[in-house]
Formats: sequence, structure tokens, C-alpha cells
Amino acid sequence: MSALLSVTDAHVAYGKVEAVRSVSLEVGANEIVTIVGANGAGKTTLLSAIMGILPLKGRVSFAGQDLARLDIEDRVAMGLGLVPEHRELFVTMNVEDNLELGAFRIERSKAKASMERVYTLFPRLKERRKQLAGTLSGGEQQMLAMGRALMGEPKLLMLDEPSLGLAPIIVADIFRIVTELRASGVSVLLVEQNAQAALKIADQAYVMELGEFVLSGKASDIAANERVAASYLGFQHEGASAI
Amino acid sequence: MNTTIMLFLVQDGITNGAIYALLGLALVLVFAVTRVILIPQGEFVTYGALTYASLAAGQMPGTAKLALALGVGAFAFDLFVARRALHGRLILRSLVTNVALPAIVLALTTYFAAQKPPVAVSIALSLVIVAMIGVYLYRIAFQPLAHTSVLVLLIASVGVHLALQGLGLLFFGAEGQRGPAVLSGAFTAGALRFTGQSLTVYGITIAFIVGLWLFFGLTLYGKALRATAVNRLGARLAGIRTTLSGQIAFLLASVIGALSGILIVPITTLYYDSGFLIGLKGFVAAIIGGLVSYPLTAVAALVVGIVEAFSSFYASNYKEVIVFMLLIPVLLLRSLAAPAVEEEKD
Repeated sequence: MSALLSVTDAHVAYGKVEAVRSVSLEVGANEIVTIVGANGAGKTTLLSAIMGILPLKGRVSFAGQDLARLDIEDRVAMGLGLVPEHRELFVTMNVEDNLELGAFRIERSKAKASMERVYTLFPRLKERRKQLAGTLSGGEQQMLAMGRALMGEPKLLMLDEPSLGLAPIIVADIFRIVTELRASGVSVLLVEQNAQAALKIADQAYVMELGEFVLSGKASDIAANERVAASYLGFQHEGASAI
Repeated sequence: MNTTIMLFLVQDGITNGAIYALLGLALVLVFAVTRVILIPQGEFVTYGALTYASLAAGQMPGTAKLALALGVGAFAFDLFVARRALHGRLILRSLVTNVALPAIVLALTTYFAAQKPPVAVSIALSLVIVAMIGVYLYRIAFQPLAHTSVLVLLIASVGVHLALQGLGLLFFGAEGQRGPAVLSGAFTAGALRFTGQSLTVYGITIAFIVGLWLFFGLTLYGKALRATAVNRLGARLAGIRTTLSGQIAFLLASVIGALSGILIVPITTLYYDSGFLIGLKGFVAAIIGGLVSYPLTAVAALVVGIVEAFSSFYASNYKEVIVFMLLIPVLLLRSLAAPAVEEEKD
């Protein structure tokens, strides 16, 4: 079976500075794939380029179609969703309006059912549905950003640092929901600094350093890798040498 | 000054202020959605007014031809963009909305102009013609620059204004025109005399403001427009095209402009270049509203209208000076209240 998202030999540059170099990755159906790496490794840049926000040199195909000529809106309509690091909510509009707009490209008849599904995943949003997005707490804003993206019925949801700056209890909640998404047939490409949590729920993993993938494989193997453990998981296996 | 004069001036000010309010709201809307400071708003006013007056006088307005020419230009832009992947349906849609529609309107205008159409037909044709000009202008002059800075968009906006003003002279000549009243008749209440036309102005302004409020508050497209204004990237990630939002904003702005023109051309004589000054007063209101606040803009527009009415009574030579001087304390206050910000880089 061919992959849902496949990126081949991707380069992304800001002017003359190459932030992502020769990166290839695949996300299959019903799969959680995570990219872990330090701050500034190029993870966010890569996601933005896959979404079409930044120009990308190389090949990106989604559901068997080349994305090169498609802009952000077309990619959304195809079922590719991004929850960006800064969430980009409509802060002066209420929760319900934010969600409704997430279904802008979906038939109106389906949007109602979509909203019920989002409210089931995030009961907190239902309680706050008339509240302005800008007045929500950080965790609620993250839930709203994910909910808005899910309203578009994505086949693949890309999450950029969903746990950043959130209380541990909310982080656990968000990671639980990510696994629920996989169960309901949505693939997830997860970019995280919290490598430990991300590797625990992911199927496949890539380790990014200075714009390149230095390791890839099954998430459980990556988690067991000594070098990864030392640099990203904050502990050393017995007998592991410092890098 | 006696009460009668004062009431009369206030009434006059509110009538003008209502028009400025409509224009100010359109300016805020266009700026919020597209970041374009819409200098040609005044030309939408004159084009609407003079197209209406010409039709009512049984003359063929040149604006109908301009709409077709701009439509062909917009179609050419669409074709150029789609040159690598020729989608039959998209091109057909572009052909219908950009070429067939203005061609049909041109034919209708030619037919009706020859036989002095009723007021309602003149109004409808004028609104449609100016609306098309507005939307095609967005496609040609602003959509290709949508990602550039506010300054570049402003320069394009000035360019469009100058071009439209020149074309206005070509189409309508240097003489002023007046149009027939939309609603004739009048009645008096105490010392005040209300003409049908001024009541029409109030009625349509209120209806439009309520209509816009409902559109933005309740409809999906209205919400999409607000969303684009609040967060452009967020809107794109929700699948809302910025070009669609821009088209809707320009459509509303051109209809509002043309409607304002049709409302005032029975009250005052309008020339091909009168619109600029009228648009600027809407702009003063929009600036007082910080180019973001709709209610503040509407209130400011009424103040602008009333100040204008009083200054034209007391010091008619300095009327414009006094109105535009309103800006100075407002800008001072705003600059003191808000810290200096660099233009957003997006």
C-alpha cells in the first residue's frame, strides 16, 4: 500500500539559509508518525512547507497526488490539516464560530455531525462554546485549534508542538486524543519537543538535527536508541557513552 | 443662533454623516480583509451617481463599457494563472462571470438608456455596473499584490484612483450632473422639513448597517470575512481563500459606494472628481475608528457630518479645513495611547 503522505528529498530555505536539507518521510494510513528534535532543528519549517505556507524544493505527494501546484486551501480541501504552533485562532470570535469556519470546505449537512464529534472529543469546548477564543486558557486554545482542524475532516492531521507551554495533565489529555484520532482513521504527523511522550504513542519516528533526519525507524526502536535517549529523553541507558 | 437653525444644521449633518458612515464602514471592511486603503472608494461614489444620472437622462454611461473591458482583463489574468493546468470548469466560470455577465449588462444598459428607464431600473443597472467594476479591479490591481506590504497596496490604490478619475472625466465630461430623487415628496414636523430623499438616506443607511451586522454575525461567508480580517493564516488553514474574501469585500465596498452616490446625487450636483472629497470624509471617520472599529466609525461619521454642517454655516470657506483638522487631535491621541509598532511582516 502506498503512503498517505510521502515527502521525497525536500529542501526548504529562508533566502540563502537552508533550514531543511534533503529530507524524506512517509506517513501511512492510520499511523502516528513523530518528528523529534531540538529547538531550531527545522521541524516547524518542514511542516509549514508540507502545508504550502513555505516554498519547498523536492516532491510532496498526498493521497497519490502531487501537491506542487496546489496552494494551502486546496491542500486543506484534499484532507491535509495543520495545527500550527501559534494556533492561529480567530481570537475575537467565539468557539462555535471558530469550529464552524473549520468546516468551510465541508458540506453544511456534514458540518453539524463534525461539530458533535469534536465536542465529544473535547467536552470542554462545548461548555465554552459561546466564549471568545482569545479568552480561553492555553490548553483550551490548543483543543480549539485541534478541533477546528478536525472540522475539515482531514485524512492527515499535522500537529506542531501541541504540548508546548501546557500543564502536564492537559498534555496527557491531548496525547490521549491523538491516539483516539488514529483509532478513528485519522493519521497524525506529530512534531514534538517532548520526545518521551511522543515516542510512546507514535508508530514511526524521525529524529531531526540541524535540518536533516539523522535517524528513523519504529518509534519503539528510536526510543530505545542510546543516542536519542541521551539527547532527547533526558536519561542515559546503562553503559551509554556521552555523545 | 436660534433653535430652528441649529436643528436644521443637525439634520443636514446627520444626512451627510449617514453617507460618510456607509463609506467609512466600507473602508474599514476592505482594510481589515485585504489591507488595502481604498482611495478609489470616492470613484465608486461618482461612478454610481453619474451612471444613475446619465441613465435617468437617457444617456449611455461609459462605465458599462469600462466594466466589460475590466472583465476581459480579469479573464485574461485568470487564463494566465491557469495556463499550466487548464481546468475547463474554472475557465468557463471565469468566462461567465468576467465576460458574459458584463456583456449582458452592457446590452441591457444600451437598450434601456435609449428609452429613459424608470428610476428602479436605473438604480439596479448602476449598482450592478459599479459592483462589477469593483470586483474586476480587485482581480486586476490588488489580488496579484495581495502578499505585499500595506505601502505597496496603498500605491496601487492611489494609481487606481487616478486612473478611475481620469476615466470619469472621459465618460461623464467636466459638467456636473444631478439625478432624480429616489423618493419625492416631503413633510414637516414642527420647524423641520423632511424630504423623501433624506428619509431614504436614513432608511437605507440603517438597513445597510443592520444588513451588514446580520451578514457578519450569522452567515458563513460573513464569518469567513471576519476570520480573514482577524487571522489571515488561520483562515487559509481553515480552507478560506483570501482571494474570495477580497472579492466579497470589494463587492460590498463598490455597492456601498455606488449606493451612496445614488443617494446624494439628487441632493447635490456631483462632478467626475467630487467623489474623492466625499470618500476622504468617510476616511476621516474610518481613521477615528482606527480602521478597525465599525461602531466607532459610524459614530465618528455622524460627528464629521455635523461638524461639516456647522462649519459650512459659520465659516463656509474653511469648511473642509475644519473637517480634516478633526484628524489631528485624534491621531495625536492615538499615537500617545498606542506604542509605536512596526508593520507586521507577513
